[in-house]
Parts: sequence; structure tokens; C-alpha cells
Amino acid sequence: MNRFDYIRPASLEEALAAGARPGAAYLAGGTNLLDLMKVGVAAPALLVDVTRLPGLDAIEETAEGDLRIGAMVRNSDIARAPEIKALFPMLAEALLSGASAQLRNAATAGGNVLQRPRAALLDGMRGDDRDLAVLGWTDACACVHPSDFAVALAALDARLEIAGAAGLRAVPLADFLSLPEGAAEAVPALAAGELLTAVVLPAAAARVAGHARYVKLRERTSFAFALVSVAAALEMEGGRIRSARLALGGVAHKPWRTPAAEAALAGAAPGPEVFARAAALALEGAAPSGDNAFKIELARRLVARALALAAAGTPARVPALPASPLDADHGAPAYV
Amino acid sequence: MTHTVNLVLNGERRAIALDDPRVTLLDLLRERLDLTGTKKGCDRGQCGACTVIVDGRRVNACMSLAVTLDGAEVTTIEGLAQNGELHPVQAAFIEHDGLQCGYCTPGQIMSAVALIAGGEAADIGDDPERLREAMSGNICRCGAHRGIIEAVLDARTRMADAKKEQAA
Repeated sequence: MNRFDYIRPASLEEALAAGARPGAAYLAGGTNLLDLMKVGVAAPALLVDVTRLPGLDAIEETAEGDLRIGAMVRNSDIARAPEIKALFPMLAEALLSGASAQLRNAATAGGNVLQRPRAALLDGMRGDDRDLAVLGWTDACACVHPSDFAVALAALDARLEIAGAAGLRAVPLADFLSLPEGAAEAVPALAAGELLTAVVLPAAAARVAGHARYVKLRERTSFAFALVSVAAALEMEGGRIRSARLALGGVAHKPWRTPAAEAALAGAAPGPEVFARAAALALEGAAPSGDNAFKIELARRLVARALALAAAGTPARVPALPASPLDADHGAPAYV
Repeated sequence: MTHTVNLVLNGERRAIALDDPRVTLLDLLRERLDLTGTKKGCDRGQCGACTVIVDGRRVNACMSLAVTLDGAEVTTIEGLAQNGELHPVQAAFIEHDGLQCGYCTPGQIMSAVALIAGGEAADIGDDPERLREAMSGNICRCGAHRGIIEAVLDARTRMADAKKEQAA
């Protein structure tokens, strides 16, 4: 690891000034940045420790009735927060399906969202292309976004609160995370010195709380990145789907929202044909980027399964194996 | 530049001068404080051998820079036994053969101790499936997982019983 300087500013203003210095990087939980530094992918000259900045470590309701998760709230605390379980249970299931308890205890909300799309070489374990994208990729970059949290956040229309020299700005997560263009890996749209200070969930997204699931397929049942994952949430009214929210993980450089599939679900009665049609629409335009054509059909089937599980209703508590389609708590799948 | 890090380490106040901010908590414990019970496996947060308890939470010591921990309370495997008596989780690991080579064991035990004492325990209850999932950040290459889960369940029950006795 290269040498670096370390500072721990006491105020947001001080942090923003230090973060704007050349070679500076913000340090929160460290589980991602330190990993990148150990393998030489990141080599900051200055680490600005933002873990103790005031106002970033709470989950609170905003004046508009939205829910604001401070960027420094640890993943395990988000997953266990009563307001998350009640209003956005899909976030708890997504978070608990990621990493290990030790990493979730350290990793923060902000750091989770800001993870870089993960190239297989960073794993140091596997060089094949099973992990690569099937949607939105270019010849130069087909790596996928590694976060489970961000997939559920994308489905819920989360916004990011970003602090900079000019004050605060709000950006929809879907616009913030981008696709690769031409020869370059897309980088998160943070200007020098800007700091992600919170993730905000709109109150309207809580309407799907009763029918919201995150489902994740991976090489082993626990502590593995997604091969394919699906965040599926339905707003039900009189036995029909009033509106749907659907996002896929593990298939693209960013969480993949599916407006055409969501439109096809709106107004329909839940059932296998409707879900299969939505699944086909969700994967429209998908193409293998290597030896990974299987992921396209896998993703279609997982969309249908996730929709069926969402239609059956959010379980009273997160299943023993969060997000696993193998969990016994699911009982017999209703439609697949 | 030297950084001073104040820790309560296994119950003892320590002021540690760090000449290099690159030192992880794991390297601080092993290389500078001679607390070699905490093991280095992958050094990437994947194996759990370096699990210690920081401010009541289990974390990977390899993924935590020591310089960030000023004011923290840190417990390692060396801090578990009291007055020569093994911690109930340590005793249960021996009784249930929750180990073979022993390299992952300090991390497994620290993980279990934090799990039993912390907020997760209520979510897990007596469900072995939930416990296995909760312990999945600690990998055992010898494959002693069966004994490990039995040990954790047993220790949890015994600690709860001891608490009830104390209260009575």
C-alpha cells in the first residue's frame, strides 16, 4: 500500500475543503477503499476520515415526510432499523443478502452506493466472465455494479444528497450511477471534493412495502456477489397491480430499472403469464458480453420468481437466508 | 506525522503512538502489541480469521485502519477468559470439537461472542439456519462448521441460563 496522510476533520466544511485537495479520498467504513488500496487499484495521497462528521449517522424523517439515511449509517444498522423494516423492507433484505455480518457492521450507506463496478480481476480468484454484464455494456467495459443495496434503492426511486462547496444538491440515484461510454468505465458523477451525505427514500415508495422482495442468485447461498438479482415491488389495489417497481442487479454497470416491464404490469392481475411478459420486456436488448448468455434466461426467470414472491406479500420477518430463492420460508412458489 | 490512538484494549487503557497511518488494527495487534491470538488469513475481509469486537460490534481487523479507532473499545480473543476461566463460548468450542487446526478459531469465537451479546441474537433465536447465515463471515477450511454451530447454540443457551440464575 502506498503511503498516505490521514486527517479526521471535525466539520463538514473542513472535510469538503480537504476532500478537494489533489489525491484526496474520503474514508468511511473502509471495507471497499482499503481493499482497493491493498491491491493497488486506489492509491490516495490523503485519506479524509468522515466517519465522525456531525449529522451523517442517523435515519430520520424529513420535513417532506421522506426518509433520510445519513451516509455514515452502517449497513447492519439500516437493515435492523424499525422504520426501514416497516416502510422499506426490501432494503433490509437486500442489505442482509450482501457481504458478511462483520463487513455490514463496518460498511456505510454512502460507501455501499459508491462502490465501483467490479472487474473480475479485483476478485483475484476468478478470471472468467460469468460476472459480466448482459445489458448496457460496451466492448471496453462490461463489469457490473456490485451493490445489492443500490438495486433496491433504484427500484424505490431513492435520491442522493451530495454536499459540495456550493452547498447541497439532490440527484436521483438512477441518474447518478451511469453506464460506460465508449472506452471508459463510468465513474460516479461526483465533482472534486463533493461528499455523499445521505440517501433519501421518497415517502411514496413506501406504498409497496406490503409486496416488496429482493431476490438474489449467487454461486453460494451466503457471502457472495449476485450473478443476477431482482428488486420487485408491487402496489396492489383490489387484487390488481396498481403500479410496479422493478430493478435488476448483476446484469449491468448500474442497477437496471425496467420502465417497459413496469408499464406492462400496471393494471394487470398478478399471474404467471403477466410476470413472464414483464420478464421478457425487462431483458429486452440483452446480449452476452462473453460466455454468459445463460444469465439472460436466468434473469428472466428470476424476474418472474421475484414478482411472484412480491405478489405473495412481504414476509413478516426477513427470511433465514435473505434474498435466497432456496429459502424454505418461501413455501411453494405461487406462480413459477 | 505521528498519530496517537487511545484504546481500551481488553479492558486496559492504552495510548498508542502510530508513525504510519497504513497500519491496520490487525497488524497493530499482532506486530506491535504482541497479541497474536487474532489471526491473519486473507487480509481482505473475506475469511473472518481476524474478527475482533470494536465498540460491541464484530468487525474484520484487517479492514480497519488503527488510526481511525481513537477512543474505541477493542476486545480480542486474549480478553475473553476471566480469572483463568474460559469464556463460555471458548469452553463450548472445546466441548463440541468446533475446530481442527484452530487457525480460524479465535475469529469464530469473537464473532460468536459479539453475535450472542449484540442485537442480532434476537433476530436469530434458536434457528440453526439463521445462525449459520450469521456466522458465514467466518470460514473454516477444516470444515468444522457443524461443531461450531453446535458450540454457539450451546454457549448461547448456557449464557442465557446463567443470566437467569444470576437474576434469581
